[in-house]
Amino acid sequence: MANDSKGKIIRVSGPVVEATGISVAMSDIVRVGKEELMGEVIKIEENSFIIQVYENTTGVRPGEPVTNTKLPLSVEVGPGLLGSIYDGIQRPLEILEKEMGHFIKRGVDADGIDHKKVWDFKATVKKGDTLTESAIVGTVQEFDFTHKVMLPNRVSGKVAEIKSGKFTVSDVIGKLEDGTEIKMSHFQPVRQARKFNSKLAPAEPLTTGQRVYDVFFPVAKGGVAALPGPFGAGKTVTQQSIAKWSDADIVIYVGCGERGNEMTEVLTEFPHLIDPKSGKPMMERTVLIANTSNMPVAAREASIYVGITIAEYYRDQGLNVALMADSTSRWAEAMREISSRLEEMPGEEGYPAYLSTKLANFYERAGLVETLNGEKGSVTAIGAVSPAGGDFSEPVTQNTLRVAKCFWALDAKLAEKRHYWSINWLNSYSLYHESLRDYFKKNADKNWEAKVKELMGILQEEDALMEIVQLVGSDSLPENQQITLEVAKIIREHLLQQNAFHEVDRFCPLQKSNDLIDLVFLFRDSASKALEAGVPAREILATKGQYEIATVKLEEDYTKILSKTKKTIESEMEELIKKYK
Amino acid sequence: MAVKKEYKTISRVAGPLVFVKKTHPVGYGELVELKINGEQKFGQVLETADDNVVVQLFEGTQGVDKDVTVKFLDEPLTIKLDDSIQGRVLSGIGKPLDNGPGLVGTKTEIGGAAINPYSRGLPDNFIQTGISSIDLMTTLVRGQKLPIFSGSGLTHNDLALQIARQAKVVGDDSEFLVVFAAMGITNEDALKFQRSFEESGAIDNAVLFINKADDPSVERLVTPRMALTAAEYFAFEKNKHVLVIMTDVTNYCESLREIGAAREEIPGRRGYPGYMYTDLAELYERAGMIKGKTGSVTQLPILTMPGDDKTHPIPDLTGYITEGQVQLGRELHRKNIYPSIDVLPSLSRLMGLGTGKGKTREDHKKVADQVFALYAEGKDLRGLVAIVGEEALSDRDKRKLNFAKIFEEKFLQQGLEEDREFIKTMDLAWEILGTIPREELVKIDNKLKDIYYKETKL
Repeated sequence: MANDSKGKIIRVSGPVVEATGISVAMSDIVRVGKEELMGEVIKIEENSFIIQVYENTTGVRPGEPVTNTKLPLSVEVGPGLLGSIYDGIQRPLEILEKEMGHFIKRGVDADGIDHKKVWDFKATVKKGDTLTESAIVGTVQEFDFTHKVMLPNRVSGKVAEIKSGKFTVSDVIGKLEDGTEIKMSHFQPVRQARKFNSKLAPAEPLTTGQRVYDVFFPVAKGGVAALPGPFGAGKTVTQQSIAKWSDADIVIYVGCGERGNEMTEVLTEFPHLIDPKSGKPMMERTVLIANTSNMPVAAREASIYVGITIAEYYRDQGLNVALMADSTSRWAEAMREISSRLEEMPGEEGYPAYLSTKLANFYERAGLVETLNGEKGSVTAIGAVSPAGGDFSEPVTQNTLRVAKCFWALDAKLAEKRHYWSINWLNSYSLYHESLRDYFKKNADKNWEAKVKELMGILQEEDALMEIVQLVGSDSLPENQQITLEVAKIIREHLLQQNAFHEVDRFCPLQKSNDLIDLVFLFRDSASKALEAGVPAREILATKGQYEIATVKLEEDYTKILSKTKKTIESEMEELIKKYK
Repeated sequence: MAVKKEYKTISRVAGPLVFVKKTHPVGYGELVELKINGEQKFGQVLETADDNVVVQLFEGTQGVDKDVTVKFLDEPLTIKLDDSIQGRVLSGIGKPLDNGPGLVGTKTEIGGAAINPYSRGLPDNFIQTGISSIDLMTTLVRGQKLPIFSGSGLTHNDLALQIARQAKVVGDDSEFLVVFAAMGITNEDALKFQRSFEESGAIDNAVLFINKADDPSVERLVTPRMALTAAEYFAFEKNKHVLVIMTDVTNYCESLREIGAAREEIPGRRGYPGYMYTDLAELYERAGMIKGKTGSVTQLPILTMPGDDKTHPIPDLTGYITEGQVQLGRELHRKNIYPSIDVLPSLSRLMGLGTGKGKTREDHKKVADQVFALYAEGKDLRGLVAIVGEEALSDRDKRKLNFAKIFEEKFLQQGLEEDREFIKTMDLAWEILGTIPREELVKIDNKLKDIYYKETKL
């Protein structure tokens, strides 16, 4: 292939463009056509190469030029990422609006982070220090965070000079002895994982403030959770709630091929919500990536990688990052669409055969790691899956399950009954119980594990009993089973169900979950005692104390009402026992 | 290019596709004109390469032979827009069907750029449809896309027309406009639609695009884009609230599949193209509001679920993009209840944003939740009654059973011409709630019950 500076387009088919005339490497970023649209080389043929273009190609014609930037698809990382909202290739949407109005047009370049903003940089290394890759050279204050400025991967050496002071991200703040300039920002290729020292076994949960997840199906910091569900089951509300209330330091929210109005909701809401951990607006710990379903499909494919790369960057500063990807199915479909235009041999349901590899590579970038600079940080990945027809046997769900240790199965039937979170407690699982056992023992309750198992046992028993109830009605069950059903109902309504839109119930601290669990057991134990003492089940079921449990979860400062509820339950049962003595 | 070159180099014709050889460099998506015995046909470039261009014809390839003249027009597909389009009846590709003049105004690309998510305004107020079940329980919000999932033989067309006639914004003097996009409907339905709009006078505040079942299927892909481009013009340049009703999306998707097959693409689920999600999103995502502008585009797409199957790719992909759905039920239809809206599987995701004090009424959401819960329980009990008989039920359950009945007969049931004001809908809801003892209405605060609750017997 000739090595001219300009190549030439020979074929255009939607986002897929074929060109020839210059030498390119796989994954090089190229500029396509007169408008210099951004594209990436995805296939090289004998006499030509194929580009996926991140913008709309209407009007692009054969013969127009193609130039090679010789750089892989990268994001710019450095101070100034937090609070931003990007499209799928890290162009700030705010700047795109200034440049091209309310509608997304083409051919506009924008820096990923503000190059004019001045930061107060404090160097933490000095001349003569030997720096490894990703070494921390100093800090700046980014909102509430001490942002650690790092060397890029693959750069190391002795410091020749470094200075503190006020700089923009593009100013040179120092030099290494080999002449390499040090800046506050650098470019990080998105398709390769950022390097780290070693992976560690996760031992702490990502506390979400959502009872059903925290109690029954916890995900570890550094873990992977899959959240599949048919439409209307609440995937997005779940993702948003976890983004809001989890105890992550940083949240990266990738809206991948989803609704525009939902992103607007996040944008309108987040700046006004206060992070319970830091007391600062939530937007200040959040990076949003919004590539809605009608934005270019190739950029949708890229958006997931852009998200996880930014997540890894904050992880390397020793922070716990939660990445929400909504929805990975749209990402897989984008891959399918590009693959089909390349006329590749399809695998299951038309998805490319490399779907499972891509999914595994992506989720494996999550984890708790010791970073190259000696920090300990984590990326937790929570991927929503939108299975076609709500059928979990489809390829994206199945391939995700092979790498995800948490399976949060959303259920249309529960959603239809307005049981939210509509996660099916019998089908879902978490494989982190084991590794998180010590944490819960220390931070929630010493009997935590046993209690959770017991609750689950009651729910399972309910499921078995319900089959009988549907045939003969609950009145014909033995009395102790009627009580079990009632306890299960309390678990479902007061523990599992949670109102994401209630100003108190939307966030439930671990200790409060534990107190509610104890209430359930209190009811069960005193009910059993009453039953043994000869009180008929129908009298026990008619007690009012159980309804007060609902009020406990709706109170911010619930200690008073908690002890009142306990008293009500106990005294009601005692009275019944007296009555039947 | 000063002179637009003409070619007579068609090498292949397959379905709606024409393959043209040895052209000048042609732009992707460009408009193409074919001359067949003096008659014009239009098409669009689907793929362009050095030596071969694939053109998709809008009006069928009948009569196309290898000697037909092909001209590339160096511009994408457009529609001419100005205020005079209001009140017009047009074909699926914007030709007059009402004996009026051809369109005039600014040529506007119909492809439609995506709204920058950062520029979107948050939908926050409702549209009154005058249909009680929709207004109370699946409230339509300005800027929302809320499809109607129907089945063949159900009354979705009547419902669509009724909403088109009745829909309005309340408590706001901005203008309201309906854009109606019919895709692949029968001539009989087309006539009915047109007549309904004309007779009710609704046509003055409407634009109709009608693509009939016997029109070329490729045209069907253009119709909603024409309609939405017109809607965006009125919403974002003229600050009106525009409701776009699109029927039937199923026909649209069939065309999409047909063309995908003709292009010999690798099919996705059930033969529909793998990019159907993206393609539908390009339509549905054009609903919305823009920061700093008062107009809105609201969509009410209607689709018939093949075999009443909600998991079929068309309703499935639609449901993943749209903000809820209104589902029609065959069982209700058999009971002669119109509109046969099954509220249980129906949902409006944006309802919380567009309802409540200052928008609808402070008790709206709670009443809706309460009615929903009681109806769901009452309906569940019907199964039990079939086994054990009504006598075996407790009084409490009997009341719920009755509630489900009067909900369907008094609240849901509504005349074709009956336009219920929102307040009337709320009164009706409280009336049926009055059959339930006050303390059993657990989802409504006492404060609200003090104001509105009154015991009734129905």
